[in-house]
Amino acid sequence: MVPYQRGRRSFVKLSMSKRVSRTAGPSPFDLHVSHQCKTPADGNGRNEEAHLAAEIEDPNRRDVLVLAANAFAAVGAASLIWPFVQQMNPDAGAKALASTEIDLTPVKEGQAITVMWRGKPVFIRNRTKDEVAAAAKTPVTELPDPEVDAKRVKAGKENWLVMVGICTHLGCVPKGQTMADSKGDFGGWFCPCHGSHYDTSGRIRKGPAPRNLEVPPYEFVSDTKIKIG
Amino acid sequence: MFMTKSSLRAVLGAVTLALLQPLPAEAAGGDHISIAKQPWSFAGFSGQYDKEQLQRGFRVYRDVCKACHGMKRIAFRNLVQPGGPEFDEEAVKALAASWDNKITDGPNEKGKMFERPAKLSDPILGPHKNEAEARDTFNGALPPDLSIIVKARTVEPTAPWYTHIFLMARDILTGYQEAGADYLYALLMGYKDPPAGVTLGDGMSYNAAFPGHQIAMVQPIQTEGSVDYSKDDSGKAMANYAGPKMSMEQNARDVTAFLAWAADPSLNDRKRIGWQAMLYLLVTTFLLYLAKKRIWARVKH
Amino acid sequence: MSNHVSTYNPQSRFAKWFDERLPIMRLVHDSFVDFPTPRNLNYLWTFGGILSFCLVAQILTGVMLAMHYQPSAEGAFNSIEHIRRDVNFGWMIRNFHAVGASMFFVAVYIHIFRGLYYGSYKAPREILWILGVLIFLAMMATAFMGYALPWGQMSFWGVTVITNLFSSLDGIIPGFGTAIVEWLWGGYSVSGTTLNRFFSLHYLLPFVITGLVILHVWALHVAGQNNPTGIELQHKSDSVPMAPYAVMKDAVGMFAFLIVFAWFVFFLPDYLGHADNYIEANPLVTPPHIVPEWYFLPFYAILRAIPSKLGGVIAMFGSILVLFFVSWLDTSRVRSTKYRPIYRWFFWLFLFSCLALGYLGAKPAEGVYVFWARVFTAYYFAHFLIVMPIVGLIETPSKMPRSITESVLGPGGGGAGTPAGAAAAPEKR
Repeated sequence: MVPYQRGRRSFVKLSMSKRVSRTAGPSPFDLHVSHQCKTPADGNGRNEEAHLAAEIEDPNRRDVLVLAANAFAAVGAASLIWPFVQQMNPDAGAKALASTEIDLTPVKEGQAITVMWRGKPVFIRNRTKDEVAAAAKTPVTELPDPEVDAKRVKAGKENWLVMVGICTHLGCVPKGQTMADSKGDFGGWFCPCHGSHYDTSGRIRKGPAPRNLEVPPYEFVSDTKIKIG
Repeated sequence: MFMTKSSLRAVLGAVTLALLQPLPAEAAGGDHISIAKQPWSFAGFSGQYDKEQLQRGFRVYRDVCKACHGMKRIAFRNLVQPGGPEFDEEAVKALAASWDNKITDGPNEKGKMFERPAKLSDPILGPHKNEAEARDTFNGALPPDLSIIVKARTVEPTAPWYTHIFLMARDILTGYQEAGADYLYALLMGYKDPPAGVTLGDGMSYNAAFPGHQIAMVQPIQTEGSVDYSKDDSGKAMANYAGPKMSMEQNARDVTAFLAWAADPSLNDRKRIGWQAMLYLLVTTFLLYLAKKRIWARVKH
Repeated sequence: MSNHVSTYNPQSRFAKWFDERLPIMRLVHDSFVDFPTPRNLNYLWTFGGILSFCLVAQILTGVMLAMHYQPSAEGAFNSIEHIRRDVNFGWMIRNFHAVGASMFFVAVYIHIFRGLYYGSYKAPREILWILGVLIFLAMMATAFMGYALPWGQMSFWGVTVITNLFSSLDGIIPGFGTAIVEWLWGGYSVSGTTLNRFFSLHYLLPFVITGLVILHVWALHVAGQNNPTGIELQHKSDSVPMAPYAVMKDAVGMFAFLIVFAWFVFFLPDYLGHADNYIEANPLVTPPHIVPEWYFLPFYAILRAIPSKLGGVIAMFGSILVLFFVSWLDTSRVRSTKYRPIYRWFFWLFLFSCLALGYLGAKPAEGVYVFWARVFTAYYFAHFLIVMPIVGLIETPSKMPRSITESVLGPGGGGAGTPAGAAAAPEKR
C-alpha cells in the first residue's frame, strides 16, 4: 500500500489539509461526522447541514436537461475542430496556382525540360521516334507495373511525355533530363538514391520503386501549349 | 468621517466646475467634420454584399480609379469567388489577359525580367511599378493602394463627450462597422468650391470630408457621374437594361461597396457563420442555465 | 488533524493500477471535482474559469496563426492579409485571436475588481493575489508585443512610443536609457529585428503565464476560495462539491461570456482595434493620434498626466506595482466590501476613476483632459495609499452573518443572529 499512500499525498492534498486546519473547524468533506456546534442557535444549522448532505449526494446530474445541456456544449466545442483542421489545408492562393500553362515550342526533339507544378518537378520530354517505338513495343506483361505507353501520352501527341519527376520509391528526383545525365539501363530515367531504372515511357523496369512515374492531369490547350492541373 | 465627506464634496465641486468648461477641439484646426451614415446593403449584423452593386462598383474602379490606384491584395481570381462580385470565370480570364498594367515576371532563360499579361492568380495592379514612380508622377503625392482602404479609414466621433457611451452601446448592439465606407463615400461626394478665405495649395482640391480639406486627388467621379451602367464596354447601349442610372451618387456608392468588399472579402461568410454561432450559443447558454437551476434546485445559495 | 481524505475511488483495475503510479486522476478529482466550493458564490466567480478558457483559446489560435505568419518587416503585414483573405477560416482564427485579447482583458478586469470588492487579496490569500498581479503584468507584456505583430501604423508607432519610455532612464544615468532602448530594438530604431524578437517573446510569454496560472490555482486550492461574505468555510453546509455545482455554474457563465465574445468576433471584429493598423507600418509618417489598445488606456492616461517624462513613467509602472502591496495596505478586519459601509463608496469611486482614466487615455493630452487625468490619477494612488489604510482603521463593519450558511438561509435557517463581528471576524489574528 505504500505507493497508494504516496499517491494520496499529492501536492493539492497536502495543501488542502493545511487549509482545513486553518479554518479551525471540522472538515467540510466528511459526511459522517456531525459537527460539534458550540452555540444553541446552531441547532438549526445542523439540521440544515444534514439536509444538505443528503441533497448534495443527489444533484440531479442524470437529469435529461443536464445531459442535453452538456451534450450541446460538447458538440459546440467539437465543431471548432473543423476550422482548426481546415486552416492547415492548402489555402486559396496555393489552389489558384494549382494549374500552370507551358509553351512547348522551345523543346526540340530529343530534348527535355523540367517545370514546376504545385512545387513539384514535372518532366516534359520530346521523345525521338526511336524512343517512342521502344516504349510502344515493350511487352507489358513483363513490367512490374503493367501499363501501355499509349495510356501515358495523348493520342496524336505520342512524342510528348509529361510526368511528375518524383521517384515512386521514396520521393527523390530521378536523373535523365539533361544530356550528361545517366538515363539508366532502359534509356529513360535513373534514380540515384536507390537505383530505380525507368524506361522511355517512364515505367519502372528495375530497382525498388513500386510504380511507374506518375502522369499528372494535363491537356493540350493548343498545338504547342499544355496546361497541367 | 468628516475628512472623507469633505474630500468627496471637493471632488464633486471640481467635477461640476470642469463640466462647465468647454472641451478642447479634437482635430487640429478645430473643425468637426460630420460624416453621415449611409444605408449599405452590407451594414450591421445581418447585411450582405449586393453582387450586382459590387459588379457595378468594379466597373467604376476599372474605368475611373485604376488610372492611378492599384489593388495589389486582390487577385483576379477573387473577382470570381463566392461572396464577391462573382463574375464569370472566363470573362475574368479575358479581363486579366487584357489588363493594361502587366505583371513583371522573370528572370527568363536570358536572365532578364519581362512583362507578361496577368493570369487569374495575379494581383490587380495599378499603373505604377512602385511608390517612388507614383510619387514622381503625382508631384510627390501617393495614390494609396485601394485593397484595404475602407478598413484603413474611419470616422472620428464629433458628438458631445457625454453621449459617447450611448453611441458606443448603439454601435456595438447594431454591429456598426461601416465607418470606413461612410467616410469614403463622403470623400467622393465631398468635392466643393473652397469657401471664401481658403487658399488652396498648388494642384490641390477642396474636399469637405478630407481632414484638413486640401486633397491632392482631383475629383474622380464627375458631378453628373462617370460610368454609365446602361452601356457596355464598347459604349453601345445595352438592350433591356434595368439597373440604376448613371449619377455621381450611384457611382460613388457602388465603388465604395466594391472597395468595402475588397477590404473584407469574407464578410458574407463571417455573418452567416456568426448567426449560426449566436444561435448555438444562445440555445446552449439557456440549456446550461436550466441545467444549472436543476442541479442547484435543492441547494439554497 | 484532518479527517479530510481523498474521496477518489478508482473504479477499474486499470485506474487503480494507474493511480498507484501516477495519481493525476486523483489530483484532478480532488482539485476540480470534489473540491469544496462556497455555496454562495455569485456569477462574478465564474471569471476564473473564463480566464482559463481565454488563455487556452489564445494559445490555440495563436499557434495556428503562427503557422501562417511571417515575423519580418517586409512580410508581416502581407502575411496578416494573406491570413484574412486566403487561409481557410483564416479570418475567423485571426478575429478570434485579436478579439480574444480584448476579451481576455475584459475578463481579467472583472476578475481583479471582484477580488478588490470582496477582499480576496487579504490573508491568507496574499501570495494568490501577488501571483495574479504577476499574471496581469505578463498579460500586458504579451498583449503589447502581440499588437506589434501585424506591423501596421499603430503597431509600429505603439512600439516606438512605449519602448521610448525606457529612454527616460537617461534622466537618472545619462546614456543608460538610450542603451536600454537600443538593446530592446536591436538597432537604432524600431525595425524588422525588433519585430522578430517581439514575435519570439510573444510566443514564449503565454507559456510563462500558463506556469503562473498553475501556481495561482495551486495557491487558490491552499487557501480555498473567498466568497461574497468574505467568511471562511466553517461547516460542511457552507460548501458544495465543485462538480457538478460550481462546474455547471461556470459553464453558464462561460457560455454567456462566449455570446459577447462571438458577437465581436463575427459582427464587430475591428471595433476594438484601430483603422490605422490597416495601413502598413511607415517609419516616416506618424499617425495623428497614437492611442494604445483600450485595455492600456487608464495606464496611458496616468503616463501622460504627469508633466515630467521620467515622472510619468514612474507613475505608470507605480500604478501597477502598488497592486502588489494591496494585501498590506488594506487594514480592514473584514474582507467583503458588502460589510464596509464607508469603504463601499470609495470602491465605486475607484472603479469610476479607472473608467474615467480609460476615457481620458483615448483623448488628446491637452487642456481640460489633462486636468481630469491628473485628478483621477491622484485618486488612483490615494485610493491605495490613503483610503485603504485609513478607512480600514476608522470604519465599523456592518452586521455580518456568522457563517456562509447563515448568510444564505438567513438568521432563522443558519442560526440566530449574533452581534456582528463577534463570532465571525473572518481573520483570526
